[in-house]
Order: sequence, then C-alpha cells, then structure tokens
Amino acid sequence: MHGLVNRAIQCFVLDTYGDAAWEDVTRRADLGFNAFEAMLHYDDALTEAVMDAAVGLLGKPRDELLEDLGTYLVSHPTQGAVRRLLRFSGADFIDFIHSLDDLPDRARLAVPDLGLPHLVLRDHTPSRFSLECHGAMPGFGYVLLGVLRAMADDYGALVLLDHQRTQGAVESLSIDVVEEAFAKGRSFELVTAPTGAP
Amino acid sequence: MTALCDLNRFLDTMMPMHMLVGPTGHISHAGPTLRKLLRDDLVGMRFLEVFDIRRPRCEPSMRGLLSLEGRPLHLQFRNGDQTSFKGVLVAQPANQGLILNLSFGISVIEAVGRFGLTNSDFAPTDLTVEMLYLVEAKSAVMEESRDLNLRLQGAKIAAEEQAFTDTLTGLKNRRAMDHVLDRVLDHQMPFALMHLDLDYFKAVNDTMGHAAGDHVLQVVARALIGATRAGDTIARVGGDEFVLLLHGLTDRTRIEDLATHLIAALEKPIPFNGEECRISASAGTTISADYEDPQAAILMDDADVALYASKRAGRACHTFYASALRDIEDEARKTA
Repeated sequence: MHGLVNRAIQCFVLDTYGDAAWEDVTRRADLGFNAFEAMLHYDDALTEAVMDAAVGLLGKPRDELLEDLGTYLVSHPTQGAVRRLLRFSGADFIDFIHSLDDLPDRARLAVPDLGLPHLVLRDHTPSRFSLECHGAMPGFGYVLLGVLRAMADDYGALVLLDHQRTQGAVESLSIDVVEEAFAKGRSFELVTAPTGAP
Repeated sequence: MTALCDLNRFLDTMMPMHMLVGPTGHISHAGPTLRKLLRDDLVGMRFLEVFDIRRPRCEPSMRGLLSLEGRPLHLQFRNGDQTSFKGVLVAQPANQGLILNLSFGISVIEAVGRFGLTNSDFAPTDLTVEMLYLVEAKSAVMEESRDLNLRLQGAKIAAEEQAFTDTLTGLKNRRAMDHVLDRVLDHQMPFALMHLDLDYFKAVNDTMGHAAGDHVLQVVARALIGATRAGDTIARVGGDEFVLLLHGLTDRTRIEDLATHLIAALEKPIPFNGEECRISASAGTTISADYEDPQAAILMDDADVALYASKRAGRACHTFYASALRDIEDEARKTA
C-alpha cells in the first residue's frame, strides 16, 4: 500500500486519539517503526495490521473508523491540502459529484503510483446519484463516505449519504443531494496567498 | 442586432477573455473575465490605449494589428499592471474589425491569485483550473519528497558515523579499531599497537588547501597499507592520526624496521597539482606481551605516550613505550 494511505491512517490516529494511542497501535501491529514515509511503499499486510490494531484499541467497528478517517482527511486542519485538492474538482457540490469518476485520475496525475480504486458514478435524477467503488482497497467505500460527508459540509450542501452494499470487490454508495446551497460553506480560492507574504 | 447579441453570448461562454475591436480600433465588447480584470468599462476605449503589444512589433494602427492575424501575441496592460497575456486575433469579415482572445500564459498562477478568479471565470473547457490543481498537488508531493530526502540524508550521515570505515581514506575508523582491539585482547593474542601522527601536515593543509590535505591522507593510507601485512588493522583515528594494530608482531627489531621504513616512505614528496607536499611522521609503539593484564585504554594511552616522546625527540622518529617515558610525559603534562 502506498505510504500516503498508511500515513493518512497514522495522522488520523495521532490527531484524533493522541500520541499514546498511535504508539499503542504500532506496538500491537508490530510495526517496528513509529512513522510511515508518505513517499514510500509498504506491504499491504502492514496496513491491515495497523487497521486491525486500531480497531482493537479504539473499540470502534472498522467501517466506522474508516468513515471517520475520510471525514478527518477533509475537515481536519492538519490535512488542509487534501480538502483544497478536492475542491478543485468542482465549483459547486453537484459539479464535484459529477467529477468523482475523475478522482482516481486526478490523484494519479499528482501521485502516479497511488492506485486509488476505480469509481463509477451514475446520475439517476439531477440530485440522486450512486457511486460504485471497484478495487483493491477493501473498505475504501467507507472512507469515501466520510470524505463525501465532509465535502458536502465544505460546500454547504445538505446531502443524504449511505453505504449500501459490498458485493465482492465492489462497494456501492448512494448520494442524495437534498439542498445544494443549504449553508454557506467554506470559501475556496484557486490560488492561496504565498505564506511568506506580508 | 439579435445576431450580435447571440455572438456576444456565444463568445462570453466559450472565451470569457475575448474582445471585439471595431474598425476604428475601439473595443466594442469584452468577455466577463476580462471585464473583471479591469474595473473600468473597457467598451468604447481604444484597444491600443489599454493594451501594449510587446511582441511581435507592429505599427500602432488597425492595419498593424490586422497584420498579426493568427500569430501568437504577447501583451500587457498599459496601466502599470504587470500581468502578461498571450493572445491571438482574427479579422472580422468585411472590415468589421477584429476578435482577440487572451489567456494568462505561464503567469496564470499569479494572475488568478491577484484578481481573485474562480472556476466560473474560466470556460469549462479551459484547463486552467486543472493546471492550478496540478501545480498545487505536485508542490505538495515535492515537499513530501524533499522532506523524505532530508530524512534519508540525515540517516545516511548517522549510518556513516556508525560505520567502521573512514570514508576519506578507506581505512578503518576509531570505532572499528576499538572493536578489533577488544577482540584481540579477549583472545589473548599477541600484537603491537603503533600510534602514528603526521608531522607538518597542518602546514600542507594551511598553505595548499584542504584538497591537498585530503590527497596526502589518501597517499599516506596507501603507504600504510603497502608497508603492513594484509591481516593488520590500520585506522585513521583523528585528522592526521593513525593507529596500526600489528597482529602477532612482538619482535622489537622488526617493529623498529617497519617504523623506519614507514617514516622514510612518508617523507617522499607527494605531488599534488604540480606542487609537492612534504610531510613526515612520528610514531610510538607498545607491545601487548609487556603487560600482565593488557587493557585497551592503557595500551592506547601508552602508545600515545611513546608517540609524544618521538615528537619531543625532534619528530620523524619512532619510540617504544617504557614506563620511564610516562614519568617524563606526566611531568610535561603537569607543566603544560
């Protein structure tokens, strides 16, 4: 699994549950080190071991933990880059939903070896969609569910989301946009001011 | 009139940074993004008073402009704003003026930031937003990679420090020597321990530079390897200090011969960049068989005492350790 995925889990546990919890996870998972490198690859078994350790330690179902991870990636202040990169996908939430198929390709442009699952979007009505997630990251649908929840908040949209089923390697999500401009949402500028500027 | 409105609507959607310039050279319509850049109403202004065509050069007239049809243009505002534009123009039929479309070219990131542009300021087919995404994503990835490189570099330096080799000369380092010394003492194997220090090396470094100094150290290392046996352990333990552990060698005559031979070899001028580096060496040796209970720290210190006796005797010579030397050395250390 790509280091970015492992690091996402690491930062999620660290920022949400604290240093001691992460140390406990690395011990339970028998990692032998305490930090993943974002730009290196790791054996998939390590990712599984870390997830199992986190589930065991935090006493939360795996699916819930993955959904929290997705929400964390978009909404936590330390992960601002992910939220920004996702916001480039669409000027409003509906645009964003329509661009979800492109998400793995967008990710690949930035990190060619990330290997996100293939996504297939279907629009049933202008505001009702389903999203299929095909691929080698079991539970990715739950992460996506958390990401979509947080992105809806970010755009200020009122949305009903559900993880409907897992069939083999395919997970299905339903997306029901109740009101696109429900709240104000967070602002997004295409270019951020350089950090050194006065 | 309806046809013109349709054309404007069409152009505003497809090319939000376009302009229509009439036959008199006045702007008759500007796309919404361009209007956003200049707060003034562009319509009615003379195109060449608003824009400066930097390249290619042209005669400042409608005829001049039309001569640039289809060519890549480099433009700037005349109002002092530094944003540069790429553009292309085509003549409208029947001498009705021209249509000009602009883009930001490579200065796009700055321009988008400065003018606060959003997705809706670009045509949906325009790849500007994708490019901004890519720049930001790649920058984030580059930063991660740079951090990783820094950490790896730190780890490499740490690993080198912990390793047993002196990277400049390829000899063993002090750590390695300590390990070997402990091992031969554990196995109670006889050996001689020679401490060798270069003379006049500092002068070479100071007058001819560190590159010359490094070269001299490498030549010295080769000379030490050449004069000893393959099984002996040679370490560079300081800037110009070396320790030789001569396994099984306890015969004073042979050790003295080896030291004399070594010093003579090191006194041969060492050519470097057309000049000659001249050094010598002082050495001191202690022999494990002289001790009832040889200990690494004591042997090292005794070899050191013998070395300093050589230094005091006028350098370029070799001395065996004797307890009398220690008294002299202790006296010298007291007065110093």
